[in-house]
Amino acid sequence: MRNTILSLWFAMAAFAQVKAPMDEASLRNGQTLYQFHCAFCHGKGDDGMAANLVTPNLVHAPTDSSLVNIIRVGIPGTDMPPALGMSDEEMLQVAGYVRSLGRSAPVSVEGNAANGKAIYMGKGGCAGCHMVGGVGGKMGPDLTLIGAMRSPSNLRTSIVEPNAAMVGGWTMVHVTLKSGTKVSGIRMNEDNFHISLRDSKGKIQTLAKADATKIDRDLTKSSMPAYGKVFSGAEMTDLIAYLFSLRGAM
Amino acid sequence: MKSVLLLTAAAGLMFGQDWMHFQGNPQGHRYSALKQINKTNVARMRPAWTFQLDKTDKFEASPIAHNGILYVSEPPSDVTALESRSGKVLWRYKRVLPDNVPYCCGRVNRGAAILGDLVFIGTLDAHLVALDASTGHVVWDVAVADYKKGYSSTVAPLIVKDKVVIGSAGGEFGVRGYLAAYEAKTGKEAWRLWTVPSTGEKGTETWLGDSYKYGSATTWVTGSYDPEINTIYWGTGNPGPDWKGDKRAGDNLYSNCLLAIDGDTGKMKWHFQFTPHDVHDLDSTQVPILVDEMWNGKMRKLVLFANRNAFYYVLDRTTGEYLLGKQYVRQTWAQPELSDKGRPTRMPNTAPTPGGTVVYPNSPGATNFQAPSYSPLTKLHYVMTRDEGGVFYSGDDTYKEGSWYLAGRFVSKPGEEASGAIKAMDPKTGKAKWEYPMSSPSWSGVLSTAGGLVFAATADGDMIALDDTTGKLLWKYPMGGKAFANPVSYIGADGKQHITIACGHALFAFVVD
Repeated sequence: MRNTILSLWFAMAAFAQVKAPMDEASLRNGQTLYQFHCAFCHGKGDDGMAANLVTPNLVHAPTDSSLVNIIRVGIPGTDMPPALGMSDEEMLQVAGYVRSLGRSAPVSVEGNAANGKAIYMGKGGCAGCHMVGGVGGKMGPDLTLIGAMRSPSNLRTSIVEPNAAMVGGWTMVHVTLKSGTKVSGIRMNEDNFHISLRDSKGKIQTLAKADATKIDRDLTKSSMPAYGKVFSGAEMTDLIAYLFSLRGAM
Repeated sequence: MKSVLLLTAAAGLMFGQDWMHFQGNPQGHRYSALKQINKTNVARMRPAWTFQLDKTDKFEASPIAHNGILYVSEPPSDVTALESRSGKVLWRYKRVLPDNVPYCCGRVNRGAAILGDLVFIGTLDAHLVALDASTGHVVWDVAVADYKKGYSSTVAPLIVKDKVVIGSAGGEFGVRGYLAAYEAKTGKEAWRLWTVPSTGEKGTETWLGDSYKYGSATTWVTGSYDPEINTIYWGTGNPGPDWKGDKRAGDNLYSNCLLAIDGDTGKMKWHFQFTPHDVHDLDSTQVPILVDEMWNGKMRKLVLFANRNAFYYVLDRTTGEYLLGKQYVRQTWAQPELSDKGRPTRMPNTAPTPGGTVVYPNSPGATNFQAPSYSPLTKLHYVMTRDEGGVFYSGDDTYKEGSWYLAGRFVSKPGEEASGAIKAMDPKTGKAKWEYPMSSPSWSGVLSTAGGLVFAATADGDMIALDDTTGKLLWKYPMGGKAFANPVSYIGADGKQHITIACGHALFAFVVD
């Protein structure tokens, strides 16, 4: 047991020493690799459909070693795949480049966050589907840390054109049962025989596919309506300022 | 204990109820002649035991069963002997791997092989090791290739007479592929067939310049063997680099081929190239199935091949003559009809580009390393298939020893979900007699049995039993993990037929009481 703890300690000590190189040549190489492997989803870092990388604190990767590990194995259960075709050294260079993106990251944007919060709670009705700090609905992603994970431009796209910012794990499904009953909800699991979904009341149901006559999956259509025409330009700016301020306890 | 072993040894010898090869027999059928478990009682099938790994790498092994003992290869390059009635460990071989072994798609191993008192395993650092079957002690250990160049062995070896045949992996590192045979008793190399020609050899003219030097064409899934004509049949993988073909213009022999090889000398008898100049990573490393059947009124020695490129092939295995080729899964890279010699005609604008090109199937292909099965009862060829589109990107890569050599990448086509099916292919027509649909494509292989059953695991780890003539679901059991392995069947030490498969990080054995 003691040996196990000791060897674990040594393993962790070795792990913690991983440090992304920040010299100019490494950053340049990291940028080239980033363009090829990462930009498809992450864009320039803050304008892609995936997580915002122009941020001083990456929620899933507080350390360089955890960042390299995510590049290596992906984030299971999300759209982030493991990298294929990079050496350890190259993954470190990509990590360095990603860190460099966050160096001058803004922590706030123009607009009035307090006004934005009022819009979120009131006119927008956002809390009907989204949760912040444990309060709100369950039909959409938890937004408690959204300001640390998404860029302002990505937040704007999500609000104006939700279909262009689809998030894995939030597919809306519509099941018609043999009895004629229709059930809709967010798909939580699907295998050959069953489909589990969470309806708008938060109730989880598992339905046998054998009992269904029709199953529709909204793979390219977000369950969130487009809000582009609901808000004025100033309201949108304030709402984004509020969302960008949501960084949990970080 | 001793008497049990003796009894089970006798049972194994008397009835031939072991599982002695990767595919059950050298002809590659993955068919069990056992019928204790059959259509009438499979509904009562239950788990007998579960054996858990102590690691989290993908578990792709297909066990060997002999005399009441299972020989299971564990990731990355270990072997464990299990008592077949209880799943309890008898011995373990744990290989210490060097640091920084380059490997592609997981630290995996697909199975061990057995001959007499020896168990053989290929390793991630490209060695072939012979273990004593009763102790797990190393009898010999030879380096087949240099792992630092990107070579590894993930394939289950194939026994050919007194030799152990081992394939190569490393097709994403620009290695030069080979198939090698070693004397089982001594570990002495008997022959080696390079799958890419070297300077001055015939075949280099199918590669632009000296691009053949990084030609890959590895042999990472076990082939088959016809003892009657002493011929090995083995598929080869993609040319390197995977996704950019202009630097290696030409057909790129012998990538994406089926090779017919003399079992004694390793000399190539013939080759058939399924996908000349592949740019979508469509390795032809599926298991060839050898059957003797009537073809146009004449008995012929055939080889059946359900290819990753979405075409189903039947060849004469004595001559390599092309007899049939039919599209069996959605594809957009080639014209739907092959030439009268079986050559595909590539569709325009389907090569990977810097901006991305949408092509069906995606890089994982129409089928892949999922082992197929052939039942002599139904004369059907059961294949686990995938249906998924991909976006293919080309990039730049310069060959560097031991480093990735891909020149591109792929992603799944956005906005679509992949699906799959077990297809019961009729070799006479190249069409499916039935299909069992899968809500997402599975990496499990397929087993058919004399009990009239087809076994496989779904992508979500449900073990299923289907009626072999209709595809009707007869039984299922949720194993609770992702399956990347192939089912086997044998008589255990308790005299019962077992159906066994790796799923998640565990091995599951099922019986009927």
